[in-house]
Amino acid sequence: MATDAGGSAVIDKDGLDALVAVLAGRGRTVIGPIVRDGAIVLAELGSGADLPYGWGVELEAGTYRLRAREDGAAFAHSAGPQSWKTFLHPPRVREWSADRSADGDLVVTEETGTPPAYAFLGVRPCDLRAIAIQDRVLTGGRHADQGYRGRRERAFLVAVECTDPGATCFCVSMGTGPAAGPGFDLALTEVLDAGGHRFLVRAGSEEGESVLADLPRSPADPATREAAHERVAGAADRMGRSMPPVDLRTLMRETLTAGRWDDVAARCLTCGNCTMVCPTCFCTSTEDVTDLTGDHAERWRHWESCFDLDFSHLPGGSVRESPRSRYRQWATHKLGTWFDQFGSSGCVGCGRCIVWCPVGIDITEEAHALHQERESRAARPPGPESPA
Amino acid sequence: MNAEPRRRPRLAVWKFASCDGCQLTLLDCEDELLGLAEQVEIAHFLEASSASEPGPYDLSLVEGSVTTAQDVERIHHIRAVSRRLVTIGACATAGGVQALRNYADVAEFQAAVYARPDYVATLATSTPISAHVPVDFELRGCPIDRRQLLEVITAHLAGRRPAVPAHSVCFECKQRGTVCVTVAHGTPCLGPVTHAGCGAICPAYGRGCYGCFGPGDSTNFPAFVPLLRRDGMDTLDVVRVLRTFNTAAPEFDAASRKELDR
Ligand code: SF4
Ligand code: SF4
Ligand code: SF4
Ligand code: SF4
Ligand code: SF4
Repeated sequence: MATDAGGSAVIDKDGLDALVAVLAGRGRTVIGPIVRDGAIVLAELGSGADLPYGWGVELEAGTYRLRAREDGAAFAHSAGPQSWKTFLHPPRVREWSADRSADGDLVVTEETGTPPAYAFLGVRPCDLRAIAIQDRVLTGGRHADQGYRGRRERAFLVAVECTDPGATCFCVSMGTGPAAGPGFDLALTEVLDAGGHRFLVRAGSEEGESVLADLPRSPADPATREAAHERVAGAADRMGRSMPPVDLRTLMRETLTAGRWDDVAARCLTCGNCTMVCPTCFCTSTEDVTDLTGDHAERWRHWESCFDLDFSHLPGGSVRESPRSRYRQWATHKLGTWFDQFGSSGCVGCGRCIVWCPVGIDITEEAHALHQERESRAARPPGPESPA
Repeated sequence: MNAEPRRRPRLAVWKFASCDGCQLTLLDCEDELLGLAEQVEIAHFLEASSASEPGPYDLSLVEGSVTTAQDVERIHHIRAVSRRLVTIGACATAGGVQALRNYADVAEFQAAVYARPDYVATLATSTPISAHVPVDFELRGCPIDRRQLLEVITAHLAGRRPAVPAHSVCFECKQRGTVCVTVAHGTPCLGPVTHAGCGAICPAYGRGCYGCFGPGDSTNFPAFVPLLRRDGMDTLDVVRVLRTFNTAAPEFDAASRKELDR
């Protein structure tokens, strides 16, 4: 668990209700997990009562099922079908519009207006890291995305540590969870035991402290701290998946010609779901639309994916024509070349791409297979036909 | 700037073997129709007006598939008098549901359906327009999507490429924020092999996509069909779901034939 420089306390369900109310009262749009369409999705919370009390999830590669839980826990689920990028880096945004005036001049209007002030309730530790990674990608370079920056700077993050990892989670391998790292305003740890249903709360920012001060709360007692610590430590031992314990960046670099890429390409539908659900994938494309008169034009930006043939369309055609090259682009970007570009892994181990791949392709399984292929190649005595 | 009033481009809308649903989509663009009539001269559109002006036309929208010898002649004529020819809908782009005849004996159908089959002169197959003449752009769907139709027309007027992606329905489904019906409910869905364009309507209402926009530009049926089977479809179900409005689209056709050969 991260240190709690900013003070801590214990709240109960009423305190959680109050948290939603206090954040809304401060003019924020509070987004959190709710049950909808057979999944735990992220949506605006009307009140704390909207939280998925008593719902858990059963995850496998290509499968997601809601499961009722006896214990009434609110946060005993792991990453769902969307991530916070839906709000911070939305699927479609208008960037500007242009109008031709009567005298023929073009008047360009940039999208302005105050960005929404979000409060995200229930940011899992892997997603907390994913947000930090998107911060680096979208605002850390020379050409910052001002829209993203505006939404991000105003967002209040309530992290919730993981106590019930899914069968597809591997945050321990990626060093991102199940305890919350830095970057939160408040961090909660849900505790359910003989002492009751309660949440250890720690503040990680000044605003976090001030919100905490507005909640009905009791001091953070040693028993709750201990229970919270144990539950999170226990979660670390119950990870459903793991990455091979090697340097993944080197693994990707050394297996670019592996036969395994053909194997996975034969199974891949190139449907793009993995990139859309991945909380760090940031790729977009722009589209210009005009109206019938041609006097009004708009530029829209929308999510794009390296699985789309058009994405790598250059004069002469797509440069990643084969499914093999597209799957390899995705995996090597997440696990390898992201380091070269942005100084970190592009994967945080949330498992979404595994769950929401219709055919259940599992990036950890692929990494293990690549690792094994490299090992067996290294073990083989060098011969005339050693692979390129 | 505005020296002379610009000549309005001339639009023609043509019908071949079809249900008229795609032409109706154009009439459905109520809010935009007046604006459209200002921008283009609607020179031939029998669904809207019986007045028909002779060609040449700047843009021809063609609905329907080719099913008779006269159709073959007519489409060649239309091509000859059209600067750009855009096919609209599953019939025109893939042959439509009437292409089911391609798998059967048309004479037998005729005998079963018509009192006087000898009055019916028809080809043995239903084929897309592109099988007969070069086509500048194909707009998919059964029926087509009105936003996409307007996009194709406005793009034509502006001289730009229409923003009509050819990737899978899954892209739109995820952008819409729909919970995947296959992953979360075990419902068979053709989204991963289907061309985007509808905005992923069906999954948004909790049902699987049934492929009315035909195949996307990057399909993998050998990997996809086992998924349909996992979710409860047998060979006949798989063949049936592939053999609808886009049955003759090459990818759907090959996959359904392969199923029957198993
Ligand atoms: S690659 Fe997969 S597991 Fe890693 S962050 Fe993206 S969605 Fe999560
Ligand atoms: S994996 Fe693909 S979609 Fe994701 S960030 Fe990299 S190139 Fe973009
Ligand atoms: S890995 Fe899965 S989700 Fe990603 S493109 Fe391939 S089939 Fe789709
Ligand atoms: S519901 Fe269908 S279209 Fe949507 S993501 Fe799932 S498989 Fe793709
Ligand atoms: S989801 Fe599929 S079947 Fe439904 S409208 Fe769209 S393309 Fe047609």
